[in-house]
Amino acid sequence: MQPLLKVENLLKRYAKRSLTGAREELLALDSVSFTIFPGTTLAVVGESGSGKSTLASCLACLESLTTGNIWFEGKDIVKLGERARRQVRPQIQLMFQDPASSLNPRWSVLEILVEPLILQGKFKQEEMKQRANFLLERVGLSPDIVERLPTELSGGQRQRLAIARALALEPKLLILDEALSALDCSVQAQIANLLTELQSSLGMTYLFITHDLAMAAYLADEIAVMNRGRIVEQGPAEKILKQPQHETTLRLLAAVPRITRATLPAVEQ
Amino acid sequence: MASVLEIRDLHVSYRSREGVLCPALNGISLALMPGEILGVLGESGSGKSTLAVSLVRLLPGNGEITRGAVHFEGKDLLQTKLEELQQIRGRRISLIFQEPSLALHPTMRAGQQVRQVLAAHSSQGKSGLNEGTRQVFAEVFPEEVDRISRSYPHQLSGGQRQRVLIAQAIVCGPSVVIADEPTASLDPATQMEILGVFRTLRARLGLAMIFITHNPALLSGFADRVMILYGGQVVECGPAETVLASPRHPYTKALFQSIPAVSDGRGSSRKTRLPVIPGDSSPSSLPRGGCPFEPRCTERMNICREREPALVNLGESHVVSCFKYEN
Repeated sequence: MQPLLKVENLLKRYAKRSLTGAREELLALDSVSFTIFPGTTLAVVGESGSGKSTLASCLACLESLTTGNIWFEGKDIVKLGERARRQVRPQIQLMFQDPASSLNPRWSVLEILVEPLILQGKFKQEEMKQRANFLLERVGLSPDIVERLPTELSGGQRQRLAIARALALEPKLLILDEALSALDCSVQAQIANLLTELQSSLGMTYLFITHDLAMAAYLADEIAVMNRGRIVEQGPAEKILKQPQHETTLRLLAAVPRITRATLPAVEQ
Repeated sequence: MASVLEIRDLHVSYRSREGVLCPALNGISLALMPGEILGVLGESGSGKSTLAVSLVRLLPGNGEITRGAVHFEGKDLLQTKLEELQQIRGRRISLIFQEPSLALHPTMRAGQQVRQVLAAHSSQGKSGLNEGTRQVFAEVFPEEVDRISRSYPHQLSGGQRQRVLIAQAIVCGPSVVIADEPTASLDPATQMEILGVFRTLRARLGLAMIFITHNPALLSGFADRVMILYGGQVVECGPAETVLASPRHPYTKALFQSIPAVSDGRGSSRKTRLPVIPGDSSPSSLPRGGCPFEPRCTERMNICREREPALVNLGESHVVSCFKYEN
């Protein structure tokens, strides 16, 4: 099977000039390589500052790489011209941590959902409305809320709306940058289930960026552990969790706060 | 033993733009013991942050304390004069907020920001203030006292900024610290580090703490007692070990179940769903009369809709508000 996304030797260098004029260089990504197959989930885990979010912005073409190759469905999107890249961009969507700050507070749910469709310029007014309703149902929201503002929605509803917007252009790859971290536990579980459902019904592929190893373990097929811009350990989720090798992985595992679950009574359904 | 802080039947409401009072806290009562770490657990909208700010009357303009009392050092904080309250805020009771980067002044050195708090509450001279600041930095940054106190907030990591806020909170030697989601914006390793700092301080200074969080797992091995809020009410409260290991209220049980454990990795059991609590807890979906959790509860009975459950004592100061445990 052809991988959906294959990246090789990604390198991203930020140059910053301090007040005294000395040049400092920061290597945010350093020889990062991995592949994701269609319909699977790769979780990228790491501590703050490990380069996870830089990776997300580079893949979504929001930042340019210093060097490296990104093949999406066999095409090297780094080498593509702007016009050709515009064809690829809708197929890779990015979702952020805080739904409250990634949705325009003055726009209604409908306006938020049709914006990506308007930008594509391929849809008629009526079509767009239908599609918005369809997207809302797909993420488990009632079409009755189209007139509401994001502030009138709960945290879980807002994140569902963000997912619906990300799905508007039928992307093949969804990059979730800490998309669950800002949510309450019970809402996290609802959204995690929604992501799993969408994966089985639409064959979605996810790149799930997180510092929560437990959630990574639950959602991902493969896990890549990052530290200071490098992938230090990578493999099937189960193997990483059961036989962690690198000290970063061990540190992340040790830091997963847990309640002793053995004694928890089952929830009667 | 006498409590350091006692809250009695606290009711707080917010006035909406249309002038309607929306209840946020419905009769919270609580006694905090000296040196105790009380974990307050609740999801968004449960009233946990309202609780933190209403204890020292820092509610936003549309917030109103409609009933109740907060007893601290022989005074009712809800009735004291503002000047008296100013002497208590930051000196005897201090607050730590979630976002360390927003709570610090961006163009003032860390040491200066801590020193200012001390200066506001003491009549010491220059050298006394410097010494006091140095001591508190030594407490939270055992290794790099000088470098950190000369740094600006942007030169510090998230964990270090949170430590500066802790230094501000303890510099006047308070007996109660209220921390509202102090670790929510930090990564797990740093979270653990900050919890470690709190535990050390508790042991060294005998601080009592109200630690507010939405993450039950953080409280395990950290808090002495856990109080769970839902819809502005206490649904369960008891010793941390007992509540975390064997929760009794249907909400607490369902909440704990919805958190995946590392050992729940997909592997062979691929596509298993996480147990969820149906519905949401937004204020508009909370029922009036009856138990606030009733619409989402899997164990609901007829009585749950008729009246509010009272707190039932299950022994060892473990209380739960659910009709299942009455009689």
